[in-house]
Formats: sequence, structure tokens, C-alpha cells
Amino acid sequence: MLADNPALMGLLTIVIGVGACLGYFYFSNVILDTFIFPAKGKNAGKNINRANMVRPWLFLFPALFGLTLYLVYPVFETLRLSLTDRSQDGAFVGLANYSQMMSEAKFWEAVRNNLLWLIVVPAASTAFGLLVAQLTDRIKWGNIAKSLIFMPMAISFVGASVIFKLIYDTRPVDQAQIGVLNAVWLQFDGGGGSFIFLKLLPTVLLLAFMAAVAYVIWSSIQAVTSSRADRSFWTLFLRLVVVIGGLWLLWVSVGGLTGIWGVELPYGKPQTWLTLTGWNNFFLMVVLIWIQTGFAMVILSAALRGIPEETVEAAIIDGANPFQVFFKIKVPQIMGTIVVVWTTITLTVLKVFDIVFAMTNGQWETQVLANYMYDKLFRANDWGVGSASAIIIMLMVTPILVWNVYNARKEMR
Amino acid sequence: MDRIAGQKSGLTWAVHISVVALVALWLFPTVGLFVSSFRTADQISSSGWWGALFASEQNEVYRALDPDDHRVADGDMYVVKGNIFDGTPRAIRAWGVSSRDISAFQPGDTAEMKGGETLTLEADGSYVWRGNDKQISGRGQRIFVTSEVPPDFTLSNYETILFSGSGQDNMARAFFNTLTVTIPATIIPIVIAAFAAYALAWMEFPGRALLIAFVVALLVVPLQLALIPLLRLHLGIGIGKGYLGVWLAHTAFGMPLAVYLLRNYMVGLPRDIIENAKVDGATDFQIFTKIILPLSFPALASFAIFQFLWTWNDLLVAKVFLIDATGSTTVMTNQIVELLGTRGGNWEILATAAFVSIALPLVVFFTLQRYLVRGLLAGSVK
Repeated sequence: MLADNPALMGLLTIVIGVGACLGYFYFSNVILDTFIFPAKGKNAGKNINRANMVRPWLFLFPALFGLTLYLVYPVFETLRLSLTDRSQDGAFVGLANYSQMMSEAKFWEAVRNNLLWLIVVPAASTAFGLLVAQLTDRIKWGNIAKSLIFMPMAISFVGASVIFKLIYDTRPVDQAQIGVLNAVWLQFDGGGGSFIFLKLLPTVLLLAFMAAVAYVIWSSIQAVTSSRADRSFWTLFLRLVVVIGGLWLLWVSVGGLTGIWGVELPYGKPQTWLTLTGWNNFFLMVVLIWIQTGFAMVILSAALRGIPEETVEAAIIDGANPFQVFFKIKVPQIMGTIVVVWTTITLTVLKVFDIVFAMTNGQWETQVLANYMYDKLFRANDWGVGSASAIIIMLMVTPILVWNVYNARKEMR
Repeated sequence: MDRIAGQKSGLTWAVHISVVALVALWLFPTVGLFVSSFRTADQISSSGWWGALFASEQNEVYRALDPDDHRVADGDMYVVKGNIFDGTPRAIRAWGVSSRDISAFQPGDTAEMKGGETLTLEADGSYVWRGNDKQISGRGQRIFVTSEVPPDFTLSNYETILFSGSGQDNMARAFFNTLTVTIPATIIPIVIAAFAAYALAWMEFPGRALLIAFVVALLVVPLQLALIPLLRLHLGIGIGKGYLGVWLAHTAFGMPLAVYLLRNYMVGLPRDIIENAKVDGATDFQIFTKIILPLSFPALASFAIFQFLWTWNDLLVAKVFLIDATGSTTVMTNQIVELLGTRGGNWEILATAAFVSIALPLVVFFTLQRYLVRGLLAGSVK
């Protein structure tokens, strides 16, 4: 009877759950103080100290138990499963699952797409977030604007997928388009307007992007070669990674430029955006960028507010223009927060599953690791390869994990 | 300094305009879904939702009444009178009597056809068709009308989704299932995490710093890793797939953030209050329930909102730990994904279902936004 009425069951669970937790904490303390180490008799003082040694663990126990069982144990169990084969009754097969996975084209497609997501989504969300945070900083209705841009945070990935599927919707050429993107696309006819918006504007944006990347590369090379440089191994390593990543981005951008000018655009034909190989990944990323920008904006906006006013005033008195104030005074001061935002969004991206699952389900070369894993685990029922791909996700997360722990410990000292 | 002052007014305008543009861009997708959920299937497929907000022009063909039945002699001529609109008048922009020129006349004009046949159409749709015996015969005269249709919205989609729809189209059950998953999964972790956070913030014991680092590390662990081992565990110990499993999973997965967030907040509480209470002989349990919990309300609220949004919007955990083969415990996100598969083109159903599922989070978001922002600021690892 209870199972027929989930609402009642939920209510009962709250009462039982909360009651049990509170009861546990209360009675475990009472038992500790009155029976195990009573604060009376000849050992009173010693007992109080002993009880106070044990008490923290009473408080911590349920949380630690849950964390260990539900998060720590699975990491090792997944590692173990990734080395076994379910169809052979869980026999140890070494790295066979990994090598099988590596030989699948779909896996490499997922890795490639994940890397693309990892670059584009955090970069775009942070950039938009910073832009909005700065623009709304000084205007009266800034808070309303911020709360509207923040709103997608409340919308589920699945809801957002429906929203964007409507935008990308396609109808045959002789019917009215109900998807905004196609309606806009059909306005382009290959004339002057199309030239400006589809060739010139992207070129300018891409060139600006390349200039920014080149500037970052140049400044990190300069930082290494300058006489007062910090030459510890980690900073050198980090700068090397930045330079290599930047050069790769430049290379990709040059490819994009030739693409923009070389391609014949199919004007006047409605496009099925989600099946356009190569582009469709970006259409999926837009969904996550739309959601995550609000998060970046909120955090960066608070950081911008925290910048000491004097530094900005001093720069203005020295004749800095608003752009210089922003890029040379404000951005360097909130660099730490930008890194935090970037890594947090990176984590979200690594786990992104719902969007791909709901919009394309990894078809048309849009597979990502999280969805690949789901496919393996629950459709192919191949726990070995599924666990192996979960371990790959874990490996990609690990640098951030180390970095976060390092920072948290530094802060506590 | 005049350079800066001069630039400022120009820049302020640019700032205002770009913020308006950005806000519009960010709102546009959601508004599209919202508007679509109030349109009928025909309306959605015949025009983009952005057209629905304004009156649209529509071309229609009407026919005058059958002359054989309705003509009235008027001298040596015959007349047919009537109204092309049956009870639903429209604003006529223009009209015509030939398919080659459907907007030749204005309302009130008289169209003269061959041989003295005339037709007059008034703005309210009433017409007078006049001609000789031969002309006023056979079938009724065709009247082409270009009219303005006011925006037209309906609540019938919501009726279908919430009440009358059958099978997959009805979200009522999934709505309550989602609620059943969400509320315990929001409240229980708070209780457990609050005690742990208090211990990590205000109790001295060896290994405390290590435990905090441990929690920070677990913040990052992708829950993808937990799926198979935990599902096996649940199946092994007899919990199986169901509410209990999903509550446990959500409670544990929310725990690192809860502990981290609450501990960060509790550490910032004034030391004096707690030490005074200790001097007055309060036990740790009393300090926690009487002092720390009430003072930590903002942090508790932030975490509650996070956990609520996350469990409400979750798809993966529900799919793995809750939804069994019968599908009777489906949640809204899962049902929407299924609808995307089976009713991919029925935007009136999809849009309404999606809006039903995002309505409650949006309400929570807008009413409790300040706690959410505070939680975000405290919860991102600095």
C-alpha cells in the first residue's frame, strides 16, 4: 500500500530519515557521556577528555560512511571492474578492456569531442560571464539583467535541450520555418549582407581571437625569458602547456579562416543543424554555454566588486582608457577567480551527459565520453569497457582534483 | 580629464545597449518555449512562435450563400445578402473577388464585375451581391479576404499534459514522482552534513585537515564512476531500483558540497559565542542545535536550493537507480527525453511538458536567488 503512494512514502522517509539522524546524534552523545565515559567518579577528568576525543567521530560518522561507500569505494571498484570481463564471469583480463576501447573509432571521436568541449565551453562561458559582469557592474538595472542571464542555471539540461531543439528545428523548404536558426539562415541569400555577416564578421572575430591567443603566448614566453622570472619547474611546465595549447589554437584558427573563405554556403536551403557533422558539436555546446554563463557571471561579478577602488582610480588618473582599466587593472586582480570559474565549468563539461543524450544521443559524430560510457554500461551491457571509459573521465578530472586540494590546504594554513 | 568624461556618456549608452542585447539573447530561447506552450499544434507548425506575439495576416477564401436558396428579387435584379463570418468577426484589411487580385478592394468598396454584377463587402463581413437572374445563380461568388488575426493563445496543452492526456502525454504522475525523489533527497543530506561540518569547523581532533582535503577531493569525483558499483551494491543488498536507492544516492552525491559549503560558513561564525556557551556548560550537541544551526540558516538554505535544483533536474541518477522496467516511477526529465524520441515533432506537447518541468525550479530560483548566489560564492573552491 505504501509503495502505491509515493508521496506518502516520501513524507514518511523525511520523518524517519531526519528523525533517525537526529536520534542517532542525540543518543550516541548521551551514550558516550553517561555510559562509556561517564563524567563522574574517580576518572571524571580523564573520561571527559576521552569523550571529547571520540565525539567528533560520532558527528562525522554518517557523512564519512556515506562518502566512503558512495564515492570512494566506487572509484576503486570501477577500477577493478575495468580490468575484468563480465561475460567471462568477472575474470581478470588486464588491460584488454582498455585496448578494446582504444581500438573503437567511437571512443576516439568521444575523446576528440570532449577536448573540443573542454576548450570551447569554459572559455566561452567565462568570457561571456566576465563581459556581462563588467557591463552590468555600474548600471542601475544591472541586478535585473544579471538575474535574467543567471536564470538558465535553474533549467535542467533536458529542459534546455528541448528549448534548443526548438531553435534548431527544421521544416521542408516550402513550409514556414519554426526554428529560429533556420528562419534567420533563410534570410541570407549570398548578397552583401551574407558577405558581411557570414564571411567578414567571423573573420574579424577569428582574427581578434588569434591576436588574443598570440598575445598570451608572447607574454608567457616573455615571462620565462625575462631576468626576474620564476623558474620553478611547475611554472615552467604550466607556461609550456599554455604555449603549446596556444599554438594549437592558432593552427585550428588558421584552419577555420581557410574554411570560412573556401566553403560554398548552401543559401536558401533549410539546414538540419544537428546532423551537420563538425558544426553540430558547437550547436550542442551552445546549450551548455547558455547555462554556464550565469554561473561564471555571478562569481566574477562578486570578484569585480571586491577589487579595491583605489587601483582603478589610480589607473584612471594616470590616463588609462576603460579598456586598459579592464584588461590591465581589473582582470589581473581577479585572475584567481577566473581560474576557479574555469576549472568548475571544466568539471561540469567532463560530466556532461544529458545534453548529448537528449539531443543527438551521440549520433552524427557528437559522442562525448560520459554518453559513450552510458552507452557501454546500459545499452551494450559491457561493464568492462564502460568502467574503463569512466576511469578515463576520472583521469581527466584528476589534475583539477589535485589542484583543488592543494589550494584548499594552502588556504587553511 | 575631459577625455574620460566625454567618453563616458558615449560608453554608457553602448553599455546599456549591449546589456539589453545580451539579456534578450539569453531570454529568447526560454521565451520561445513559453510562447509555444500556449499555441495549438496547427499554429506552431504554420508559423514561428515569434510571429505569435503580433497580429498576423491571413488570407482566406469564403463563398457567398448559395444563390438558388437565398436570392431575393429586387426589381429585375436579384440580391443575396449575408455575412461571411459566422459569429467570429475579423478585421478585414483588403478583399477581392478574383484569385488574380485578392486584395483589390477595401472594406466598404463595391466590386464591379462583368455585366453589371456587383458585390459590396463591409468591414464587419456583411455583403450584398447583386446581379441579374443569370449572374446570381449556380454557386456562390468567391470572396478572397485578407484579414488580421489577433494573437491567439490556448491553455489546452497544459490541460492535456497535466490532466486529460493519456500515457506518455500525461506528466502528472512524473511530476509527483519527481517531487517524491526531490524532497527527501534535499532534506536528509542537510542534517547529516551539518553535523559533519560542525565537527570539521569547531572540534579539535587529529586528522581534521586531512578530512577537509578529502571532502574537497570528493567534490570533484565524477558520479559516473559510482553508477555500476553502486547499482550492483543496491541489487546485491536488496534495495534494487527504487526510491530508497535514489534517495541514498542523491544524499551521498550531495554530501561533499554540503559538508564543504556548511563548514566554510560555520568556520566564519564568531568564536566568542561558541566559547561562551562551552564555558556555561553547554554540550557540543546543544551548541550545535541551539546556536550553530540557527546561525547557519543562510548556508543551509543555499545548499538546500542547490540540492533541490540538482535532484529535480537530474536525469542520470534517476535513470540508473530509480526507473525500473515498468516505468511507473519515471521522473519528468526522463519522460521528456522519451517524448523527444516518440513525439519529436509535436512541439505543443514537448514545449508544454518541458515548461511544466522547469516551472518549479524557476519559481524557486527567482524567489530564493540571493541564497543561491551566496552559496555559489562560498561553494566554489577558492
